[in-house]
Amino acid sequence: MEKEAGSGARATRLDDPWCEAPTAGWGRPDGALEAAADERPRPAEQHRDSAGEIYLEVQNSPAFREVRRRYRRFVVPAAAAFLLWYLAYVVAATTAHDLMARPVAGALNVAMVAGLGQFLTTFLLTWAYARHARLHRDRAALELRWETQEMTRGAVR
Amino acid sequence: MREDHQTLALLLFSVFVAVTLGITTWVSRNRQGSAEEFYAGGRLFSPMENGFAIAGDYMSAASFLGISGLIALFGYDGMLYSVGFLVAWLVVLLLVAELVRNCGRFTLADVVAARIAERPVRTAVGTSSVTVSVLYLVAQMVGAGSLVALLLGGTSDTARSWTVVGVGALMVVYVSFGGMRATTWIQIVKAVLLMAGAVALTALVLARFHGDINSLLNSAAERSGHGRDFLAPGLRYGGSWTARLDFISLGLALVLGTAGLPHILSRFYTVPTARAARRSVVWSVGLIGSFYLMTIVLGFGAAALVGSADVRASNASGNTAVPLLALVLGGGEGSTGGTVLFAVVAAIAFATILAVVAGITLASSASVAHDLYASFRRPGAKQRSEVGVARAAAAGIGVVAIALGLLAQDLNVAFLVGLAFAVAASANLPALLYSLFWRNFTTRGAVWAVYGGLIPAVVLVLLSPIVSGSPTSLLPGVDLALFPLENPGLVSIPAGFLAGWIGTVTSPEPPDPAKHAEAEVRSLTGAGAA
Repeated sequence: MEKEAGSGARATRLDDPWCEAPTAGWGRPDGALEAAADERPRPAEQHRDSAGEIYLEVQNSPAFREVRRRYRRFVVPAAAAFLLWYLAYVVAATTAHDLMARPVAGALNVAMVAGLGQFLTTFLLTWAYARHARLHRDRAALELRWETQEMTRGAVR
Repeated sequence: MREDHQTLALLLFSVFVAVTLGITTWVSRNRQGSAEEFYAGGRLFSPMENGFAIAGDYMSAASFLGISGLIALFGYDGMLYSVGFLVAWLVVLLLVAELVRNCGRFTLADVVAARIAERPVRTAVGTSSVTVSVLYLVAQMVGAGSLVALLLGGTSDTARSWTVVGVGALMVVYVSFGGMRATTWIQIVKAVLLMAGAVALTALVLARFHGDINSLLNSAAERSGHGRDFLAPGLRYGGSWTARLDFISLGLALVLGTAGLPHILSRFYTVPTARAARRSVVWSVGLIGSFYLMTIVLGFGAAALVGSADVRASNASGNTAVPLLALVLGGGEGSTGGTVLFAVVAAIAFATILAVVAGITLASSASVAHDLYASFRRPGAKQRSEVGVARAAAAGIGVVAIALGLLAQDLNVAFLVGLAFAVAASANLPALLYSLFWRNFTTRGAVWAVYGGLIPAVVLVLLSPIVSGSPTSLLPGVDLALFPLENPGLVSIPAGFLAGWIGTVTSPEPPDPAKHAEAEVRSLTGAGAA
């Protein structure tokens, strides 16, 4: 559905491969006001804009903001943490040889423990993310999906 | 006795080829050639099936033979690869998999082009995707060639060349006749075989040491000739500061590159929803993680049971460590058990290469047909003809990969893989992350992000010691090596992100809030997903 709506718009844009600087805004009005001021009736464009309004409305709705907040509040700190932990590990492995070679128990040294720790944290974070998404995001996202699709279907007709 | 290995290995490998060809015919019966069918296998695979297929696509022969070999030779430093290859999946799981499934239809360019001007972005992302795929493909072809040379016990150049040609021809058949559906089943079969082989060998190694990891590590350290140093980092990457920076560069490329690999991203379109995409990544993290844990045991096992010196004597880069280990575990040279295990390992390695090659060929033919061709064709052309182009593109890419594979036969495989990851991380990942998460991202930003990562990555490699200026480089006679590192990631990945940022902030085109709203709502909820 989206694709068909887009293909009309793309047809006009195809003549203009680098539609950046001089033609900015051409053929793609920014908001409802410009679309209304546009004299030529272009059904595909109009639908795109009304769909755009719907998406803006959904984006501003409390339900969507809550889904986005839950996603970001998990993903941003988690991604920062595991990237830092991995970078620290790689840098330590290449520079802090004495620290990494220090024995812990038997043949195990700090480097081995850290390497196996990377495996362990990867497994744990995978599990925690899947659980968080299942419990806190999936249901709300699915409801929003059906609602939004209902609304955009109305916009086409 | 060598002939016994060879005959048995060839027999097992022929069985694999026959089975996979059978799968290709079976799944492509009564299928109309729609784009949905060809690129995404009908989107109805289960998360478990797709998880195995992702693992099959990702675990190349470079991991199975290469990483264990590096561990057998350099001890701990080889393990750093397995950690990087696994941690990379967190980037895919947290930031990419679900959103890509929700926003795109068949390729990476679908996602990036969703909210900005389509044609220049499609051309840029399509170009970088094809570049990444071809680099990765050549690595696998070269690997196949050297594997055959190893197993046939000589440096028989004709055998090597014919293997490269044969592997190339087979993958063209799989991809153009079977599309994504056949490719996925081949990945699943291969992943099961590879896991089974790794589990069996690991169990045998652990049984040798009565389950005592401590004594395994101690005898590995003892027989490596390096003593305690073998179990700590530094044997391979601990020398000069250039070597250390080179490793940090590689580590960065490994962890960020996976999320930009086109053949991995296209796997998420074979499941029905974003939730299924997430669950398939969870499956593949489990499989890939346990596989890499087993390669560590196999690597140290090879050092302990075969000995680093013998591994090095057989192949300077360690690629034969696992086959040699299998020989010892089966009872040694000349025994029936040894012969059988050796042949099984060799056949699994072949199957691995073949399956990975098919996966990448499919992804790059999708980039050519869906991104490059589609952005230049007439808008009215039918989808049906796009699939025809994709089938032809698979053949074309096969020919290019065969030609490059024959030319590059002496190139180091691990280097090529590292390079493919570096290009994926510098050209594809910035554009992908910006378009998923940055409200003000514009067309110019996307185009600059792709070329701003792709061009530095390629140029820095051309100016690196790999190409010229050292006795082991491609052109030993010339010295153009202005850039000291072998892996460009440390410079080119930040360059890609920076170029995308500069392109966006200097762009005269205002960002489109409605398009951003659409992209954000669709990516997080799945509304309107294909």
